[in-house]
Amino acid sequence: MFSLLQEAATTAVEITGEEAVVIDETAPHAADAHAYGDAAHYAAESAGLPQLDVTTFGNQIFWLVVTLVVLYLVLSRVAVPRIAAVLSDRQGALTGDLMAAEEFKQKAREAEAAYDKALAEARSEAQRIVAQNRAEIQAELDRAIVKADAEISARTAESEARIREIRASADDSAREVARDVTATLVESFGGKADAAAVEAALDSRMKGSVQ
Amino acid sequence: MATEATGGLEFHPMDQFIVKPLFGGETVAWYTPTNVTLWLFLTALAATALLVLGSRGRAIVPSRAQSVAELTYGLVHKMIEDIAGKDGLRYFPYILTLFLFVAFANLLGLVPMAFTVTSHIAVTGVLALGVFFGVTAIGFIKNGAHFLDLFWVRSAPLAVRPILAVIEVISYFVRPLSLSIRLAGNMIAGHAVIKVFAGFAAIAAVAPVAVVAVVGMYAFEVLVALVQAYVFTILTCVYLKDALHPSH
Repeated sequence: MFSLLQEAATTAVEITGEEAVVIDETAPHAADAHAYGDAAHYAAESAGLPQLDVTTFGNQIFWLVVTLVVLYLVLSRVAVPRIAAVLSDRQGALTGDLMAAEEFKQKAREAEAAYDKALAEARSEAQRIVAQNRAEIQAELDRAIVKADAEISARTAESEARIREIRASADDSAREVARDVTATLVESFGGKADAAAVEAALDSRMKGSVQ
Repeated sequence: MATEATGGLEFHPMDQFIVKPLFGGETVAWYTPTNVTLWLFLTALAATALLVLGSRGRAIVPSRAQSVAELTYGLVHKMIEDIAGKDGLRYFPYILTLFLFVAFANLLGLVPMAFTVTSHIAVTGVLALGVFFGVTAIGFIKNGAHFLDLFWVRSAPLAVRPILAVIEVISYFVRPLSLSIRLAGNMIAGHAVIKVFAGFAAIAAVAPVAVVAVVGMYAFEVLVALVQAYVFTILTCVYLKDALHPSH
């Protein structure tokens, strides 16, 4: 790159050298028409880089300072506050949206909890109702069973009473039959049937058998 | 002229840097509107267009132009914050101005027939001296005499410190020179090389090579234009850091 630059520089010098000759020829003209600044301008130019032409420095610096001041004022008064505001707005919006999302998530969680709670309540209510119904049915059943038991025992008692009655009557009948048979037997053997003796004999005989 | 001498081969690689009055005339007085003035104006206009018109929508979801404006803003903002620290952000508008000015001057200089204002030592010199004096003033205002600690390296052994101080002082005063010459030199070299290659395009035999070379150099120069703007800004931030926190 440097060799190219050098080449370019020498070419420039060659060119400007020739130009200088031309200028020399028209030198009186130039001096007439323009101030010495122009001659100096060309002289500096012919020395090499236009960058080193000191006569244009004042001009460049003046306009540069004007440009920089204007640009600085525009940027610092308009652009920077505006972009800063936009960026902070965006940050705010993002934070706000995230917070809103968090809130919604919280709400959803609460709704889910409420739903779960309602479900659990409904389930326990159902269980309670089932248990209650079962208890009622059980109670009714118990009552029915008790009633039935009572009826059964009443009937059993009745039956037993009747059986006892029947047995008692059967005893009495058997005693009567036995007394009659005994009296008849005694009489047919030629004895004299003593009612009291027959009674006593019957009592002693029947004591073990029936009672 | 050399045109006749070299048979169609024209080399005027430095002509593009000549300062000319815009509305005729030959003299360049301090107030004359010149091609420098025009391109300075266009540079400021482009920078304004990007940042002011780009952010006009103030949209939460940015348009493309607004995205670029915000990215530029963010790039410089982050650079200052990372290098100079939070207290360097006070000078953000000025550093943003510098970055945009240099970047757009470099880029606009690549437009064919354009004038590259940052290829002039007078322009880059003023930019660099502005940074130099500004940073030095900030250093003394913020730290008083402690700013001189910058030159007195306490972490070094006592015997070495005077030598280091001399080196530090020299390097401090070379800063504006290196800042301005780096930028102008890059711009001059790149543009001159493009012109030289373009000059070769007049010869039919090498014209394809020259055209390819110009395209290649152009792409390279776009990179250089942005990199130099970045380097100028980042060095400004480094100098600002030294001014704000002079102790090593």
